[in-house]
Amino acid sequence: MITPKDISATTVASARDAMRAGLYTSEELVRAVLAAIDEKDGGIGAYLTVDREGAIAAAAEADARRRAGESGDLLGIPVAMKDIFNVKGQPCTCASRILEGYVAPYDATVTARLRAAGAIPCGRVNMDEFAMGASTEHSAFHPTRNPVAPDRVPGGSSGGSAAAVSGGMALCSLGTDTGGSIRQPASFCGCVGLKPSYGRVSRYGVTAFASSLDQVGPITRTVEDAALLLQCIAGADPHDQTCLDRPVPDYAAALRGASTEGLRIGVPREYFAEGSDPEVLSLVRAAIDKAAAAGARVEEVSLPHTEYAIAVYYICATAEASANLARFDGVRYGARRVGPDGSLASLYDRSRTDGFGPEVKRRILLGTWVLSSGYRDAYYRRALKVRTLVRRDFDAAFAKCDVLMCPVAPTPAFKLDSTVNDPLKAYLCDAFTVPANLAGLCGVSVPCGRTAADGLPVGLQILGPAFGEPALLRAAAAMEALLR
Amino acid sequence: MNNTDTKAPAADAGLDVAHVCRLAHFDFSPEEMGRFQRELAPIAAYVRKLFEVDVEGVEPTQYGQPVFNVFREDEPEPSLPREEVLANAPDSSQDEFRMPRIVE
Repeated sequence: MITPKDISATTVASARDAMRAGLYTSEELVRAVLAAIDEKDGGIGAYLTVDREGAIAAAAEADARRRAGESGDLLGIPVAMKDIFNVKGQPCTCASRILEGYVAPYDATVTARLRAAGAIPCGRVNMDEFAMGASTEHSAFHPTRNPVAPDRVPGGSSGGSAAAVSGGMALCSLGTDTGGSIRQPASFCGCVGLKPSYGRVSRYGVTAFASSLDQVGPITRTVEDAALLLQCIAGADPHDQTCLDRPVPDYAAALRGASTEGLRIGVPREYFAEGSDPEVLSLVRAAIDKAAAAGARVEEVSLPHTEYAIAVYYICATAEASANLARFDGVRYGARRVGPDGSLASLYDRSRTDGFGPEVKRRILLGTWVLSSGYRDAYYRRALKVRTLVRRDFDAAFAKCDVLMCPVAPTPAFKLDSTVNDPLKAYLCDAFTVPANLAGLCGVSVPCGRTAADGLPVGLQILGPAFGEPALLRAAAAMEALLR
Repeated sequence: MNNTDTKAPAADAGLDVAHVCRLAHFDFSPEEMGRFQRELAPIAAYVRKLFEVDVEGVEPTQYGQPVFNVFREDEPEPSLPREEVLANAPDSSQDEFRMPRIVE
């Protein structure tokens, strides 16, 4: 038996074991998740749509597969999908009015791999429109609240993913991370959030924001669950040439016997400079001290170009977004509006002006500007060169360290409405997460405590070199055990 | 490759929303135009920070991982069924997307 109340303490691994032992079926698990959503989501707003019939039918199918002898890790496990993934037959709006009514005619590669493993895309969770934002307040439909502190944001852009897991309405979720959109909401909601290395997971069927930065990853309750989901979705894809053809290691095996003994931890001094919430810094430092006490070698390192990362990111990401979002023009899908003269030009202009929200417009304008005649070399090409310098900083650090440890974000979850009217202030909060995207690294957020006054979760960010997921997850599992 | 990327544009040659919104196919009201101009000016000023960095001789990084010439067999796969694709179209006719008339 499993009840809706049990969901908040159920992990992917524990549900797998329980279903293998015959304690409950996938159909019972899915019904419990659906009931938990009914009970709890009214006050949180994590989900945009829930596919009840589809989820129950898929669960019955998973149960039949189990009776036929299958027992994979994700067989019969429901997964909350960020509204950016194409799941055939389900809406995929990217929380934007411009895609209202769009129904995906195909599966993203990650969706197809989940389905093949018997996992169940049970519902679509909220996000900042087109993944642009760090609070989920930029959803065109409704904001999502942080289940730990409902007057606060869950972070973003994968805020619905983190809120669904943290709020006991999902076992796990898939999100995307372009500049921190998995790690930061995981930190704000007290979850584990893994951004794989660029090129580790296929982006096919994932609505593109910034193609050189976007990466798909899980938000879960435990590091082990993150490893199980990554195992399923990682690996080359003929539909995405940027998804590299490199072997997929056994991530769960890498976690066995995880310890910080002998681990070489780099602590980048630029991430501990003034300006961050002192409690965040002290919780992260305390976590690193625990690792040192447990046998890790801790060394301060420097990433001197950190202060330029935000400028590089908001040039590269918006430039790519302005090109990617040019496809939303009211012609092939989505909302169409036409001006009074009925012209084609007015169709493009009105569809886009009425369809996109303010944050998406800001980023398209910025990206169009940095690519426009007279500015492209000065801004865009220069940003790509500084991006190289950011990457070299990490290369030098990883020459002497296995992983880096630092805060995920300069603050814990902030109150709703506190950044929406000051875009630059909001952008500066991404300072500790965007460098990993610029350099193609893997990174994970692991809960490392709560603030004393408000009890808000704080995440420890662990960064590893590109394709260093086994060592990254191993370090994360060791820290998770030390901090429990 | 020209060398314009070594020079900072004049500070007053900032982001002109009235110009950029035409390039991006937006049709803003005067209020929206003013709002975006106000909001984006400090961001456009902020990214000038990059002109402090010496990038002489530095190669650009375009992707998170270097990717060169990825090949696969050129085997045709079935496309999406036409009716399923057109089901998402705002307007269609005779198995095609329908658009406003562009020639008189």
